[in-house]
Amino acid sequence: MTWIGKIRRVGRIVEPAPAAPEPTVAPPTGVRGSLQLRHVDAGSCNGCELELAGAFSPVYDAEQYGARLIASPRHADGLIVTGVVTHNMHEPLLNTLAAVPEPRVVIAVGDCACNRGVFATAYGVVGSVADVIDVDVQVPGCPPTPDQIVTALRSVTGK
Amino acid sequence: MSALSIVAAVLQVVVVLVGAPFVVGGMRQVRARLEGRAGGGVGQPWRDLRKQLRKQQVTPRGTTLVFAVAPAIAAGTTLLIAAILPIFALGSPLDSVADLFGVVGLLFLGTVALTLAGLDTGTAFGGMGSSREITIAALVEPTILLAVFALSIPGQSANLSAIVSATLDNPGQVFSLGSVLAFVALVIVIIAETGRLPVDNPSTHLELTMIHEAMVLEYAGPKLALVEWASGMRLTVLLALLANLFLPWGIAGADPSLLAVLIGVVAIAVKVSVLAGLLAAGEVFIAKLRYFRVPELLSGSFLLALLAVTASYFLATPTR
Amino acid sequence: MTTTVLPAAAAELGEGPRTARLAREAIASGLATTLLGALGLVLGVVAIFGPTRHLRIDWLLPLAGVRFDVDPLGGLFIAVTGAVAVAVGIYTVGYAQREHWARFPMVVLPLFVAGMLLVPAAGSVPTFLLAWELMAAASLVLVLSEHNRGAVRFAGVFYAVMTQLGFVMILLALVLLSAAAGGDAFTTIAAHADDMSAGTRTAVFVLTVLGFGSKAGLLPLHAWLPKAHPEAPSPVSALMSAAMVNMGIYGIIRIDLQILGPGPQWWGLTLMILGAVSAVFGVLQATVATDLKRLLAYSTTENMGLVTLALGTASLLSASGAPDVAAIAMTAALLHVLAHAAFKTLAFLAAGSVLAATGLRDLDKLGGLARRMPVTTVMFGIGALGASGLPMGAGFVSEWILFQSLIHSPPDGNTLLALAMPLSVGAVALTTGLGIASMVKAFGVGFLARPRSVAAEDARESPMSMLTGMGLAAAACAVFAFWPALVAPALRGVLDALPEVGGDTAGVQLATFLRLPGIDGSLSPALLAVALAAGVLLAFAASRWGARHRPAPVEVPLWACGAETLSPRMQYTATSFAEPLQRVFDNVLRPDTDVEVTHFAESQYLVEKVTFTTRLADPVEQRLYTPVVGAVIALAQTVRRAHNGSVHLYLLYGAIGLLVVLLVAQ
Ligand code: SF4
Repeated sequence: MTWIGKIRRVGRIVEPAPAAPEPTVAPPTGVRGSLQLRHVDAGSCNGCELELAGAFSPVYDAEQYGARLIASPRHADGLIVTGVVTHNMHEPLLNTLAAVPEPRVVIAVGDCACNRGVFATAYGVVGSVADVIDVDVQVPGCPPTPDQIVTALRSVTGK
Repeated sequence: MSALSIVAAVLQVVVVLVGAPFVVGGMRQVRARLEGRAGGGVGQPWRDLRKQLRKQQVTPRGTTLVFAVAPAIAAGTTLLIAAILPIFALGSPLDSVADLFGVVGLLFLGTVALTLAGLDTGTAFGGMGSSREITIAALVEPTILLAVFALSIPGQSANLSAIVSATLDNPGQVFSLGSVLAFVALVIVIIAETGRLPVDNPSTHLELTMIHEAMVLEYAGPKLALVEWASGMRLTVLLALLANLFLPWGIAGADPSLLAVLIGVVAIAVKVSVLAGLLAAGEVFIAKLRYFRVPELLSGSFLLALLAVTASYFLATPTR
Repeated sequence: MTTTVLPAAAAELGEGPRTARLAREAIASGLATTLLGALGLVLGVVAIFGPTRHLRIDWLLPLAGVRFDVDPLGGLFIAVTGAVAVAVGIYTVGYAQREHWARFPMVVLPLFVAGMLLVPAAGSVPTFLLAWELMAAASLVLVLSEHNRGAVRFAGVFYAVMTQLGFVMILLALVLLSAAAGGDAFTTIAAHADDMSAGTRTAVFVLTVLGFGSKAGLLPLHAWLPKAHPEAPSPVSALMSAAMVNMGIYGIIRIDLQILGPGPQWWGLTLMILGAVSAVFGVLQATVATDLKRLLAYSTTENMGLVTLALGTASLLSASGAPDVAAIAMTAALLHVLAHAAFKTLAFLAAGSVLAATGLRDLDKLGGLARRMPVTTVMFGIGALGASGLPMGAGFVSEWILFQSLIHSPPDGNTLLALAMPLSVGAVALTTGLGIASMVKAFGVGFLARPRSVAAEDARESPMSMLTGMGLAAAACAVFAFWPALVAPALRGVLDALPEVGGDTAGVQLATFLRLPGIDGSLSPALLAVALAAGVLLAFAASRWGARHRPAPVEVPLWACGAETLSPRMQYTATSFAEPLQRVFDNVLRPDTDVEVTHFAESQYLVEKVTFTTRLADPVEQRLYTPVVGAVIALAQTVRRAHNGSVHLYLLYGAIGLLVVLLVAQ
């Protein structure tokens, strides 16, 4: 029964929720506290992915604010895009966005996604996410901390 | 059939409609707490549903009517089952319209509708999910019907009210060997049918490991809401069935008073919450089984059900 | 409509006279079949409700004479055959034109129906055997109507040999019976049945179960069925699968249950085991079949297995002193024969419609028919729903009754029943579960999704007469699904004539509610349908909530995981769909799988191509038939040495033969 003992010892490890941030955009359908996102890696170095995983880990638990990562863009309310948009991922990014039913939001995570970051002069790059599709929320940082990502998510879910 | 038993049946449908998302939310919450998370709260599935219902209707190109109506059929069959089962009170007006065999048939009708929808999209993942789902359904059916058989022996009937009242009249039989074996078999079957761990992982993000989720990958907005609602209702209804087949106490009689119905509502709410909580807590400890190991689990449950029937056959005290 | 439009269109091509003749012949053949069928239907129904009718024509068959006694049991089977023939006849009008039938099959088709109508009417052994042979020979000719295809010829030979083997067994059994009874009329035999020795009765039982079982497609003599039924033209397949197999069931009921019944317990048990094994084996093969018509043919084995299981249950229960439950099982058997006739006719006719439109039977190449052949798709859907035994389908009620009879056997310490009944429930449940999977595959892969070949892409809907034929069968399916009470009086009439299996007890009450005598259990298919419609409407209403907030609906391309498009080749095929189940039942199915990897000549680490082949043969056929066929061939080779073409040798044989005869006669 080591598992049960472990559960008891660890208890709640989630950090206490800070005060809700200012909303940046209204929740897409007007329903607060529900945001399902499809993650697209448009050409990241995987640094942002790690932080994103951290944001949904037990410590930060973005799910408590109603945000969730899901597999199908059809089930999603928007995209969460990491990395600079490369040539190879340009079309897939557009296709994925088109597969998300309206109304939808796009959240760009990391310096690369916001302004090309360290890949600004690289040869395989189309541009930042905003150069390709409309972006509603930007999370700067290389990589941004899970806290920043959670705050950005909360500014959309409104919770 | 009194007016109040009709009221009870209508109430069952309404409560299942409203309550099912809370059951799902509760299970997620139990899981979250055991993992040390805060969790989205019991109301999270309801928020998701309301949001999905306000989204755009999307029709994937090339799909037919089958794709369009499958969610409604899946939800409709479940609602009908909710009206038939003795959840709050015995003697639903639909009790004699379908017995436990009919209920199982309706359950599979819903499954088949969604599998056909998965195939209708003509995508790789849709077909994959459908193929997996129907394989599990085909292997679950023998167990479920054998368990029905085992349960129908004491009451000499497969009609649900008769089974439940037989248990009420003769409480000792709950702890008979046959009944215990049937219980375990039914639990495994319910886990498989509702796509819970270790058969399917309802929160997976990886298409290749999905069963149910892969099948409904193309659904969006209101139709997706209906699919998720239906699967929540299925879980709720099956847990309620399990609770009342083996622990029927608290359920109102065939000719109930208002108070009895209210007690029935409270009783089943408690029973389903406990069962759902146990199920969710159990899921924390296990990982998903490899898909091709699932048939072994199911054949195990089939064997248990077969033993259950044989045991009740030999040990039953015939009442007629 | 077809008959006027088609010739006109063809006349422009300069083929006027030929097409017109084809149309005339097709109409004549179809009409003759339909009229014969209608006649059979009427006579059968009259026979069910009236007294037994007799007809003797002494001059028709030398020595024996032809004798017909039509009683309720025979009447039921005549009526089913007639009803199937009505639908098939109408369908054939369009089908024969579309497929350019030769004149021969058109002539034989009504003869085949006539043979099948005469079998249950026969009142004496010679008449029965004559009608049986007419039916067998006519069906063989029809199976061979596309004889320029090799597969058809092979199936024809296989069918001819097996059907004649079965005939020999039936012949032996019936001769034994007439010899023991001292008369060839079935009435005489029935009167003397109780005086026969146990040995005779056992021999007759074994022979009839094998012979009639082979006709019904039961294991182990089923192997002709999945070969002959798919290769025959589709209207013929429908007649064979929906009507001809019933004759095997009729034979078992008539000889083993009625005339010789009630038999000892092991008779019932044997039938149950045979039925259960056939049902499970048939449905397993159907689940992994990729040929649409082969799938349906195996499903026939499955359903006849279920019927036989029900017959066995009835026999076992009446031998165990539970005639009231036996009557329930018997009702299940009869109702399932009727329901199966309806949905299998429909399924085969729809499959024929697909075959005529695309030239394809391979599910791996079909798909996307729902948009191109909507009526056929709906029809096949109704048939498949019936075959899967789900609520709202034609097969549900009879399977429900079968389950009830299995779970309500008296639990008073009878060990045999306590073991047989749960195992049967398990077998039937596994059968229905896999049956659902096979029908979902047939309908979902074959008709939904996107076309997997050019032929499927170019499919066009079938002409009116074919759709009408299917429509009739679909209407029959609806009756069995929602209002089986319609056939209740007929079933009652037949049961009254079968006191041997509890026919004199109360039996199942088929009305708006199905109720069982003395048993707490009921079902109402009609009300269930109404309630389900209400449930679905409620679900629709619930999903309308929030509709005014929604943006306008759109049509979008399929989600291709970010890629541009999904090609139809990326879809799941019938083979891949059934692969998990094939893996689960690996030990029974024994698939023959080969993976061949070819490497580039430059490097063994680079793969040039991978070839994957999997073949699924019938394991029973491979294990059981191959050795037997081998032995027969070996024996024939030995015998062959005796006739080497030398006239002297033959003269010697003649002389020896004569000597032997003389010696014996002395
Ligand atoms: S922002 Fe920094 S961490 Fe994120 S993808 Fe770019 S380089 Fe990597």
